[in-house]
Amino acid sequence: MILTLARKELHSLFAAPSTWWMLALLQFILAWFWLARVDDYLQIQAQLAQMDNAPGATIAIATPLAGMLALLLLMLIPLFSMRLIAEERRSQTWLLLASAPISPSAIVLGKFCGLLALLTLIIVASGAMMLLLLLGTPADPGLIASNLLGLWLLAAGYAALGLYFSAITRQPLVAAFAAIAVSFGLWLLDLGGGALRMLSPNPHFQNLNTGLVSSADLAYFALFIALFLLLSIRHLRQEREAR
Amino acid sequence: MPAPITLAAQHLTRYHGRRCVVNDVSFVLRRGEVLGLLGHNGAGKSTTLQMLAGALAPDSGSIEVCEIDLAQRSLLAKSCLGYLPEHPPLYRDMSVDDYLRFAARLHRVAASRLADHVQLAKQRCSLLEHGHQLIGTLSKGYQQRVGIAQAIVHQPPVVILDEPTVGLDPAQIREIRDLIRALGNEGSVILSTHLLHEVEQVCDRAVILRQGKLIFDGSIDDLRQHSDIESGFLQLTADRPAQEIAQ
Repeated sequence: MILTLARKELHSLFAAPSTWWMLALLQFILAWFWLARVDDYLQIQAQLAQMDNAPGATIAIATPLAGMLALLLLMLIPLFSMRLIAEERRSQTWLLLASAPISPSAIVLGKFCGLLALLTLIIVASGAMMLLLLLGTPADPGLIASNLLGLWLLAAGYAALGLYFSAITRQPLVAAFAAIAVSFGLWLLDLGGGALRMLSPNPHFQNLNTGLVSSADLAYFALFIALFLLLSIRHLRQEREAR
Repeated sequence: MPAPITLAAQHLTRYHGRRCVVNDVSFVLRRGEVLGLLGHNGAGKSTTLQMLAGALAPDSGSIEVCEIDLAQRSLLAKSCLGYLPEHPPLYRDMSVDDYLRFAARLHRVAASRLADHVQLAKQRCSLLEHGHQLIGTLSKGYQQRVGIAQAIVHQPPVVILDEPTVGLDPAQIREIRDLIRALGNEGSVILSTHLLHEVEQVCDRAVILRQGKLIFDGSIDDLRQHSDIESGFLQLTADRPAQEIAQ
């Protein structure tokens, strides 16, 4: 049942022209950024060669690329996630799901998995870009893997957050703005410092970004995703009863 | 012996905010029956049907579908229902075939029987030639048919139709009425309408709601006996606010 919903969700995402536009734009920005980094790296290569423990191509090119994509995902994912539930309410297709023999948790998980499939595609594409480095230089596969893992977890977190805001409103745009505002707020928490900093996904992503895979960060993302999925399920349950 | 009960609503009550939209409504539907839910706009028809379909929980009262409690075993009970809401829940960017397959899967039709179910539903709603068309490009009448096809694709014993003939031309209305009649002979159908002659033509029994209250429950013949049927309906549903305020 979850699979049926996920497939349908992926189908509707790809049926919208805006999805293709956003994917193309994202790919263009990433490619531009990648080429710029490669260019910079080539220019300072002579100086790097004289250093003792010079940073390799992976750190100089792949890591910033992942950091860039993380920032873009913050703004992009709410645009994908806003429709998941709010659009169904607005176009009155929600009653089809509400009256079908499926539980709210299956609806939430199905929609989440459908969006995550699309995001996985984006991350795989960026991974392919990182692996292109192998054509000219030895790269660090471990660092690339931890970056991709970090991106994937971050994307899943933002998707869960966006899904929640889509579940609590009828207007897709309101859902998108709310999700962007909250994820941006969480991003700002990182700059504030102190204990609050650990609530932000940013420092956790940065650990993975630098190649540090720790169970604390993985647990953070798992909790983050679970929290928003559970909140969405709870909201849909209550809605049936609400006046 | 009367036919088995397929749908039983007991003392349904539902508030929207402080306003009581459905007030202590009880009725039953039996197999082989077409029940018409009649009332003016705003009488609580759609809210009642949404509750019967499991999309909205009643504030009090209970619903049993094929003797399964809708509140306690909702997934099992819902799989016995097909529901066409007031606005057909159509995804405009899907083709008719894809949409009906999706609806059938949602209602747990086995993969091996999926094609047969979709084919039959299309055939019954005269959609055979439109399988590949996008729903958004169909006319209103055809969209309504896709909505009905969606409600019957899993061949449920109870079909709930909220104003199924709205927006159709006379020839289409006749076709849909024949279809409802056929569905009623196999299983049971409950439909809402504000058109009295529609009830007279397709229904075996009628339930009339006025301001959320049930004011009539009986066969069409009973309804006719309230003198002429048209004036009977008007008589039953006539608002009497002046008297009520005076009391």
